[in-house]
Amino acid sequence: MSATLADASNPWLSWSYVQDNWAELVSAGQEHLYLTVGSVILAIAVAVPLAMLIRRSPGLSGPILGLSGVLYTIPSLALISLLWPIFGLSPWTVIIALAVYALLVVLRNIVVGLQEVPADVLDAANGMGLTDRQILTRVSIPLAMPTILAGIRIATVSTVGMVTIGALVGYGGFGTLILSGFQNNFWHAQILTATLCCVFLAVFFELLLLIVERVTVPWTRKRAS
Amino acid sequence: MNVISWFTDPANWTGENGIPVRTWEQIQISLSAMAIALVVALPVALVLGHIRKGAFLATNVGNVGRAVPTLGVLTILASIPEIGIGNLAAVLALALFAIPPLLTNTYTGIASVDDEVQDAARGMGMSGFGILTRVEVPLAVPLIAAGVRTATVQVVATASLAALVGSGGLGRYVVDGFALQDNTLILAGAILTALLAIIAELVMAVLQRRVTPRGLRLLSRAELEMQEIPAAPSST
Repeated sequence: MSATLADASNPWLSWSYVQDNWAELVSAGQEHLYLTVGSVILAIAVAVPLAMLIRRSPGLSGPILGLSGVLYTIPSLALISLLWPIFGLSPWTVIIALAVYALLVVLRNIVVGLQEVPADVLDAANGMGLTDRQILTRVSIPLAMPTILAGIRIATVSTVGMVTIGALVGYGGFGTLILSGFQNNFWHAQILTATLCCVFLAVFFELLLLIVERVTVPWTRKRAS
Repeated sequence: MNVISWFTDPANWTGENGIPVRTWEQIQISLSAMAIALVVALPVALVLGHIRKGAFLATNVGNVGRAVPTLGVLTILASIPEIGIGNLAAVLALALFAIPPLLTNTYTGIASVDDEVQDAARGMGMSGFGILTRVEVPLAVPLIAAGVRTATVQVVATASLAALVGSGGLGRYVVDGFALQDNTLILAGAILTALLAIIAELVMAVLQRRVTPRGLRLLSRAELEMQEIPAAPSST
């Protein structure tokens, strides 16, 4: 391939590139998709019990949020490199590293969402004889839902971009195409196409999750604007 | 452990590929990117905030920034023959990603100054420029500083990616380590990049506190942190 690229024709946008490499683009897209979804689901799975723990003992909120804040500061390149001796050249290296970043956003939004439930409302629920569990599931969580969903949306869209760094260990979805295009004599068509696909995927998730927010918490529609 | 002997080996502390040189490269790349981003973002955000126009742009530019992969922008810039591989591509890419948090925070800080405060200043005979520089900017300093902090930490962290497009910095160790299949080098590089990012975060937190006028420090820490979070993550 690189032989033909040596000449001057190295367009940024090329439909024939898309046609010739359709299968490769689709499989990169699938990989990108499952790495993103896997990381976010893992983050949610860890964030929910932690948030419940913080709700039960608010003293833990400082240490837990502080620690995840420190993890958040670590560059993804470094985190993937630190994890790869443990998990090797496998998708898990990427999924776990990205879940760490998604965790902070998701966890913080759950904690803040629950904290922002007005004390009066909790009092009223208590006065109506609801148990602690009922207050959580029927009052607090529905009221915190807009904040929680916004956290999941921000985390997901950020994760789509960060998956590309997984190219370092061979699992980067479109990122693997970006990097190999770059290493293959600056193959413009591949670099730009893969980058645009990544942007489209992020926009897709942004819109999808906005729709989910609209549908599940329709009462915020007025406030949103 | 190999990593410890790597760090204690004097050879890794000297020369072109030594820790001091690589660290300094990363700091230089980061500072250049921040300088460009500040020069571009601040005037625009100050003016838009002052005339209370362009809220849509200022708040949505962050969403766009989140959706675009840093690796894509880095490689695109480095593949443009006029820019080429190396530090310039890195600086430009990092500057692009530093603009959204600066723009959003500065705009929000300025635009959220009470209209009454603006009115009072005008009633006292201050010019538009005077209102901006002597009333609005001082009131917006906590948010502007938070934006500068978010952007700086993000730039320092992301600067390690620049090694993927042939620039210097601490990411060099990681990228070379993967190329040479040298686990020690990868780990050492990862530790150094992580440390530099954490140090940047601590330094910026102190600076942010320093520049905030005393009267505005009452704004709770938690409140400021919440305002930072929606910005793009530090490590895209």
